[in-house]
Amino acid sequence: MIIKVLGPGCTNCKNLERVTREAVAELDLDATIEKVEDYAAIAGYGIMSTPALVVDEEVVVYGRVPKVAELRALLAPATA
Amino acid sequence: MALLERMPATRRGRGLALAAAAVLWFAVYQLNEHLWDWVLYNGFGMDPAARVTETIHFFVYDTIKITLLLVLIIFIVTFLRSYMSVERTRALLGGKREGIGNIMAAGLGVVTPFCSCSAVPAFIGFVAAGVPIGVTLSFLIASPMINEIAIGMLLTLFGVKITAVYIGTGLVIAIVAGWILGRLGVQKWVEPFVFETKLRGQPIDPSLGLTFDDRITMGVEEVGTVLRKIWPYLLVGIGLGAVIHGWVPTEFFTTYAGPGSTFGVLIAVGIGIPLYSNAAGIMPLVQALYEKGLPMGTLLAFMMAVVALSLPEMILLRRVLKPQLLAAYVGVVGTGIVIVGYLFNFLLAT
Repeated sequence: MIIKVLGPGCTNCKNLERVTREAVAELDLDATIEKVEDYAAIAGYGIMSTPALVVDEEVVVYGRVPKVAELRALLAPATA
Repeated sequence: MALLERMPATRRGRGLALAAAAVLWFAVYQLNEHLWDWVLYNGFGMDPAARVTETIHFFVYDTIKITLLLVLIIFIVTFLRSYMSVERTRALLGGKREGIGNIMAAGLGVVTPFCSCSAVPAFIGFVAAGVPIGVTLSFLIASPMINEIAIGMLLTLFGVKITAVYIGTGLVIAIVAGWILGRLGVQKWVEPFVFETKLRGQPIDPSLGLTFDDRITMGVEEVGTVLRKIWPYLLVGIGLGAVIHGWVPTEFFTTYAGPGSTFGVLIAVGIGIPLYSNAAGIMPLVQALYEKGLPMGTLLAFMMAVVALSLPEMILLRRVLKPQLLAAYVGVVGTGIVIVGYLFNFLLAT
């Protein structure tokens, strides 16, 4: 599983990365977490409000930083 | 937030909690108006006329008042803005001609929730949707310039008329500046990758599918987030305002920078542009300066210069705008602000 955190580096993006790492750790997922800061790449996903989370090339969260619990719920189906 | 987890489960319960919060807010607000007179003058026996007393009174009173106002404004604005999104604005502006596009973009810039860090992806998205560069710039100018916190504060501290002036002139500057920049044919000054980026799939609109509860939650969370982020700026602004309030002689500025002054506005804008503060932090400073005789036109210009043009934003925009366009952007917006300052000093003085 490849998880990408999209964002130019503002506080929200850093928060999203932190929350993502927490959720992945809690679920014990086999996933790599990448930070994407390149604007061209970010826009390529159709994202206009950062930060955003992309899991296996699909956008799952955009424009906000979800709670760890919410992220866990979002990522959990992947463990099945 | 622990607060949200303790919210009542029923519809009615939550409605009551909200109503109780509103009542509490009003009570504290009213109490704040008079409490410090009593505490400082009666409780501590301080002399009301002494400068130190004035400074402390201003600081304490203003900190609470502004925090309360911020809580209210951020909550209401976030709630209302949850109905709008950058994606929807983009859809509305796509393909619109300049002129009407600039006007719509400026208006939408005010109501769309927009973080400056998203400026670049938004810019790319707009361009990809066929929104003219000038129109996109009107949006980017209006968004920080007509700041919702500033509106709320101006409304409370200075009344409807001044607030209307602020919104009106902000819109005009955004519309005209964006239009001028568009007319200058600035495409060649936009970084090429903006035009080359292919948007994969359609942008998803985060404003759809939100329940009433979601919106309330967003409001509460945003209050916490913003307050945590800006409290240093707030304290500095209030501190400065308090010192000015207590130590600068009344009518000081009327002598040196009154309505008839030639350079007042220019200096104010010159100081304002490199300054970076958020609107809430600037407000107590504005209030104190106004008390000391600085004319409202100059103050509005100062405020706009601080919030509309900031170094962090310029650094971000540099990723999509080449230096010439960035310079033109600052130049056109700055000039607009200066004109507004002089115009209103003139109008309000007559």
